[in-house]
Amino acid sequence: MPTLIDRRGPSRRAVLGGIGAAGALMVSGAAVLNPREAWGLEVSALKPETMRTLIVMARDIYPHDRVPDRFYAIAVKPYEAAAAKDPATKTLIEEGVVTLDTLAKAKHGTAYADLGWEDQRVAVVKQIEGGAFFEKVRSGLVVGLYNQEEVWPIFGYEGSSADKGGYIDRGFNDLAWL
Amino acid sequence: MSAPFDLNDDSVVVIVGSGAGGGTLGTELALKGIKVVILEAGQRHNMEDFINNEWDSFAQLAWTDMRTTSGSWRVHKNFPNLPAWIVKAVGGSSVHWAGASLRLQEHEFKTHSTYGGLEGANLLDWPITLKDLEPWYAKAEDRMGVTRTNGIPGLPGNNNFKVFEAGAKKIGYKEVSTGRMAINSEPRADRGSCQQIGFCFQGCKSGAKWSTLIAEIPRGEATGNLEVRPQSMVQKIEHDASGKATGVVYVDKDGKTQRQKARIVAVAGNSIESPRLLLNSASNMFPDGLANSSGQVGRNYMRHMTGSVYAVFDKPVHMYRGTTMAGIVRDEAGFDTKRGFVGGYEMETLSLGLPFMAAFLDPGGWGRSFTSAMDGYVNMAGLWIVGEDMPQETNRVTLNTGVKDQYGLPVADVHFDDHANDVAMRSHAYKQGTAMYEAVGAVRAMPTPPYPSTHNLGTNRMSEKPRDGVVNKHGQTHDIPNLFVSDGSQFTTGGAENPTLTIVALALRQADFIAGEMSKKTI
Ligand SMILES: Cc1cc2nc3c(=O)[nH]c(=O)nc-3n(C[C@H](O)[C@H](O)[C@H](O)COP(=O)(O)OP(=O)(O)OC[C@H]3O[C@@H](n4cnc5c(N)ncnc54)[C@H](O)[C@@H]3O)c2cc1C
Ligand code: SF4
Repeated sequence: MPTLIDRRGPSRRAVLGGIGAAGALMVSGAAVLNPREAWGLEVSALKPETMRTLIVMARDIYPHDRVPDRFYAIAVKPYEAAAAKDPATKTLIEEGVVTLDTLAKAKHGTAYADLGWEDQRVAVVKQIEGGAFFEKVRSGLVVGLYNQEEVWPIFGYEGSSADKGGYIDRGFNDLAWL
Repeated sequence: MSAPFDLNDDSVVVIVGSGAGGGTLGTELALKGIKVVILEAGQRHNMEDFINNEWDSFAQLAWTDMRTTSGSWRVHKNFPNLPAWIVKAVGGSSVHWAGASLRLQEHEFKTHSTYGGLEGANLLDWPITLKDLEPWYAKAEDRMGVTRTNGIPGLPGNNNFKVFEAGAKKIGYKEVSTGRMAINSEPRADRGSCQQIGFCFQGCKSGAKWSTLIAEIPRGEATGNLEVRPQSMVQKIEHDASGKATGVVYVDKDGKTQRQKARIVAVAGNSIESPRLLLNSASNMFPDGLANSSGQVGRNYMRHMTGSVYAVFDKPVHMYRGTTMAGIVRDEAGFDTKRGFVGGYEMETLSLGLPFMAAFLDPGGWGRSFTSAMDGYVNMAGLWIVGEDMPQETNRVTLNTGVKDQYGLPVADVHFDDHANDVAMRSHAYKQGTAMYEAVGAVRAMPTPPYPSTHNLGTNRMSEKPRDGVVNKHGQTHDIPNLFVSDGSQFTTGGAENPTLTIVALALRQADFIAGEMSKKTI
């Protein structure tokens, strides 16, 4: 996981906002940590809580139970750099997350990322569907998530093939169940 | 080997664009001993440089200069600045293409007579018949090495084809095969046979697939009569006081504006850029753009009625392995109004890699419905529908004067609305494609909306009478005798078949015509 800070277990006790969706995702200092997957992601332009929310939101938009959090983290990590470079992007994201939390609290009294059920969170996301913040995150994920080569094997996609001689001797017509 | 011609050499034929149309025309003229300069907006890549990664390849090859869209088509909503998925590089979209090479059917040259008046459709008979084009179809098939012609065996079926074929036969289709493909099933014309790499759209790295980049242009260059200038974006075609074309103005690779003189200019920038160039070349003498006395330049934009059906099975398919489009059902291609529409359609195997599947399966879609489909990727089979869409005057490429490209020229706006006939045909095709897959056990079928257009046609159409279209039966503009159109924008109507074989056949035919007229000194 080249783009994340690899921490084999958090060194400090992390502060966890609740036991909700964020699951193994916790905030400690300026970092989002996932002890189970042994990684951490430090942020400075965005609030760490914001990054944690983005990771949760990414999974709610494109939920793949077999895809670990770190790939969602890699997919939304570019917003940290974008926010550092462009104040408008930073505002869009920080305010978008505030909106999500406000909507979640109004209904459930809990921040969005800490809602326990995907259905509850998705209902909140639905309320901002089509808006600029939602579209930015969703459209960014299409490439940011699915174009990670390390994700492909989870879906059974084998990627580049010319370097392996194509599939002429590697099963282009091996289907036998018909 | 390439022959550098002088900018002031006004004896050359200048061709704008090096794709299926322009690359073929330029090579054929060079083989006949005629001096040709091809100006190509994109870069020149080697086959070895092609990338087996969908987005990286897209960044390398695709036309991403600014364009805008309007109309009710879904592409406008999901891909507002990408009306078409085509190439900007030497070889044009023949670098991207999948190789399906079909002749148009006889009645498809005569749609006005055959289909009759259809409200909202600007149907017109071609000024040529299938019979007229047959010799050039034969020549094109030989040249491109089309399988199942000239004694060339068909390609072997891949996994995606196996599912497709079994489903098709199960519901009673008869004309099912791995199709006619301009991909070598055995070594031919100094190119090897298909290695089943599965990245046909990304520029074939083995050279088995025909493209003007690897199969035509080098032959033309070897004659010493053809020069291809990459990174040369043509801005304007110029003319003299008599209204004859005199050359073109282009921006070269260093950003410098150049003027290449010409005896003849042929436009082959594909159906969005070709009309744009004619419109951007407006002058005092031709205030509505060149060759536009009919007002038809840019109109009748067609993109084929398309769509896909992907289906998830309970066992693996690995559809992405092997040739992307070697599989076809032709039973629905004929003319049979009992189905509730005129024209017909083909169904062809198709696969996308995971990254493009995410982008195109249901653009804008999200949530479990979308992701559970993606989770079935390895068990997925897929087909593409390509059928005849109706030409409509209001489906149109215009200049968007409010938006400029990197050279400061107005960009093309592509407006498109489906005709009711397109919609009826698409729903029929979705139903049939779904039935095919369900017949062999699909657990879930997904009718997938059209992608940004890969087949762009009709915006400088051929017509018998000058008032009905832009070019005559040789692709020569009605208004300016030494100005030609040499790409798919000449199509009077689109037919159900993938267009490139017809584009190549027309280019070969046009080369004979141009050579003949040049020796007769009429142009
Ligand atoms: C993914 C994909 C798959 C396809 N599969 C098939 C298939 O299986 N069968 C089939 O028949 N067809 C297929 N096609 C369509 C086929 O590629 C096109 O029909 C064909 O290439 C069009 O030829 P053309 O000469 O009109 O334009 P192109 O081949 O697109 O060439 C146009 C060239 O002109 C250049 N150009 C444009 N404007 C200018 C300018 N102002 N100055 C200089 N240069 C300029 C462009 O950069 C481009 O290189 C496919 C297309 C795609 C994208
Ligand atoms: S499958 Fe065949 S044609 Fe397609 S990229 Fe591979 S070798 Fe080329």
